[in-house]
Amino acid sequence: MAQITYVEAIRGALEEEMRRDDRVLVMGEDVGAKGGVFGATAGLFSEFGEERVIDTPLAEAAIVGVSIGCALAGLRPVAEIQFLDFIPPAMDQIINEAAKIRYRSNGDWSCPMVIRAPCGGGVHVHGALYHSQSLEALFAHVPGLKVVIPSTPADAKGLLLSAIRDPDPVCFFEHKALYRSLREEVPEGEHLVPIGKSRIARAGDDLSCITYGATVHEALAAAERLGQDGIDVEVLDLRTVRPLDREAIIATARKTGKVLVCHEANLAVGVGAEVAAIVAEECFQQLDAPVMRLGGPEVPAIPFAEPLAEVYCLGPEKIEAKLRQLAAY
Amino acid sequence: MAVSESAPAIAADLTQDQLRSMYRDMVLGRLLDDRILVLNRQGRAPFAISGQGHEAAQVGVGYALRRGYDWLVPYYRDLTLVMVMGMEPRDHLMASLGRAQDPNSGARQMPGHYGSRAHNIVTTGSPVATQILHAVGVATAFKYRGEDKVVVTSVGEGGTSEGDWHEGLNWAAVHRLPVIFLVENNSYAISVPQSRQMAVAHVADRGPGYGMPSATVDGGDCLAVFAAAREAVERARRGDGPTLLEAVCMRLQSHSSDDDQRRYRSPDDLAQMREHDPLERFRRQLEGVGVLAEGDADTIRKDCQRVIEAAQAEADAAAPPDPATALRHVYQEG
Ligand SMILES: Cc1ncc(C[n+]2csc(CCOP(=O)(O)OP(=O)(O)O)c2C)c(N)n1
Ligand SMILES: [Mg+2]
Repeated sequence: MAQITYVEAIRGALEEEMRRDDRVLVMGEDVGAKGGVFGATAGLFSEFGEERVIDTPLAEAAIVGVSIGCALAGLRPVAEIQFLDFIPPAMDQIINEAAKIRYRSNGDWSCPMVIRAPCGGGVHVHGALYHSQSLEALFAHVPGLKVVIPSTPADAKGLLLSAIRDPDPVCFFEHKALYRSLREEVPEGEHLVPIGKSRIARAGDDLSCITYGATVHEALAAAERLGQDGIDVEVLDLRTVRPLDREAIIATARKTGKVLVCHEANLAVGVGAEVAAIVAEECFQQLDAPVMRLGGPEVPAIPFAEPLAEVYCLGPEKIEAKLRQLAAY
Repeated sequence: MAVSESAPAIAADLTQDQLRSMYRDMVLGRLLDDRILVLNRQGRAPFAISGQGHEAAQVGVGYALRRGYDWLVPYYRDLTLVMVMGMEPRDHLMASLGRAQDPNSGARQMPGHYGSRAHNIVTTGSPVATQILHAVGVATAFKYRGEDKVVVTSVGEGGTSEGDWHEGLNWAAVHRLPVIFLVENNSYAISVPQSRQMAVAHVADRGPGYGMPSATVDGGDCLAVFAAAREAVERARRGDGPTLLEAVCMRLQSHSSDDDQRRYRSPDDLAQMREHDPLERFRRQLEGVGVLAEGDADTIRKDCQRVIEAAQAEADAAAPPDPATALRHVYQEG
């Protein structure tokens, strides 16, 4: 097995799936000769040609809307939105069209498509307000969509293959800080990770930290530090934020009795609120502390300058401090 | 209205049976539309949206397509057009009465939100002009697979102000896709006149801006629309790309059952419009060339009435949807 990065895993998944299934095509801004601004489609243009790796006009609603049409006509489009921050023009197509096609036609039509987009930022990413947002909650609210946010190269591949083969529209958000920072062994060939199933990234008995995306790695670092003091933290990587893996959320909460939910996205009305509600509803008797949450503050997005970005971002320290607070409760 | 003069010439290469059938489809659309408005006024159909005044344009376009082969991504005024594509009066009555057998949506959507896989009619929602992009995607699939199918998508002139419409035309022209962008221009978007939607005289004036052939035709002249649509279909089929086709129609009824156009249109305007009813124009035209003999129009009308009566009897007797189905089909089942 090869050691590859997160973005290489995504590129490889697209390539394998395009070789396997000629209904799969890729479209987006700069996905062709350039291979995407992050290289996620590098090499696909020369292998599969301009009819299958389509450099689209600069129009996000059209990228999604045309992909919907392709899906309705029997193809398996993978749309790339260059940055998740630029997806709002396509929201109508995603929420009112893709998500509702099966329901509104009483099952007569379906919309199997993937919308890929780099998301997230960080203190050293310098994406600022419009190249770093984490907007997954907007999509996770909508029945008809699935929302996947892998945290490792192996999951990126396995979940992307599952997303492309899924019979319904899948939002697939890739944290840009992970693209080249991680390298791990990724199984070659068929490696399918099911959508809607979480993963215990670190087993532990004392506290549960439920998270997803790049924050998984920050939570793992924080957990190591607590481990040195004999506090055993379980880290649950949700992998999919719609549908949530309720069983696994309930299981870890019941096991440890103390739950911290954290994510990079803004805290208020975020995915964490839904996770916390599940824990409150299903595990009240087993809880030894109130469910705690950590997330982005009440500002629109991550600012550019590092001292400002520090205020927004979590990082292992803030997670560690919150976990210690939870442990002491 | 450049193409309208060619109408008699076209009549020559449509058979008499085809011409009669075109007329019948227009009459069926009109009478069914009327019936649905009656059901609405009786309080039995909660919502109705009428296509009266658009029938000639819809039949003209529909007859230029290969039924069961080409695709349609319609909008809510296309009652007559979706019947040309294969839907039936009973389908519309099921939808209007909110019956489980509504083939569009199982009574989940308001009537007028068409869709039928069996007839290559793509499911549609309410946001104006989103469907334009779906048609471009469908055409992308046709081209990708090397098929010579074409897709028609329709919208009102108001809908052409939406970004999706512009994005769709631009994309289709760039990629030379087999789409016909039909604009059924009835001069109003609910109450807002065309002059408040665009600063050009004709929607088709925008064609050159996208690098796309375009035409404005008299949408009350069924054969003129047929001629223009056939040209557009042939262009698309042979791989020469999209066409913008504007059919100038009239909206004989209010925007919907929740609107009263007497509040924003003058009595003169409304009366004048009725004098140019496309059904009457086509009847006179066909009688003039002897395709319809005396009494034929009446026979066709009665025959359509019978079809509608039978369809309504079926819809009246049909069951409402089972509440247990309300939670189904959000995602693939099983
Ligand atoms: C995005 C969106 N905005 C507003 C509406 C409400 N609405 C429905 S039809 C309509 C007018 C459309 O006029 P036009 O495109 O000219 O078509 P017509 O109804 O005249 O055939 C409006 C404003 C809507 N359905 N979708
Ligand atoms: Mg109009």
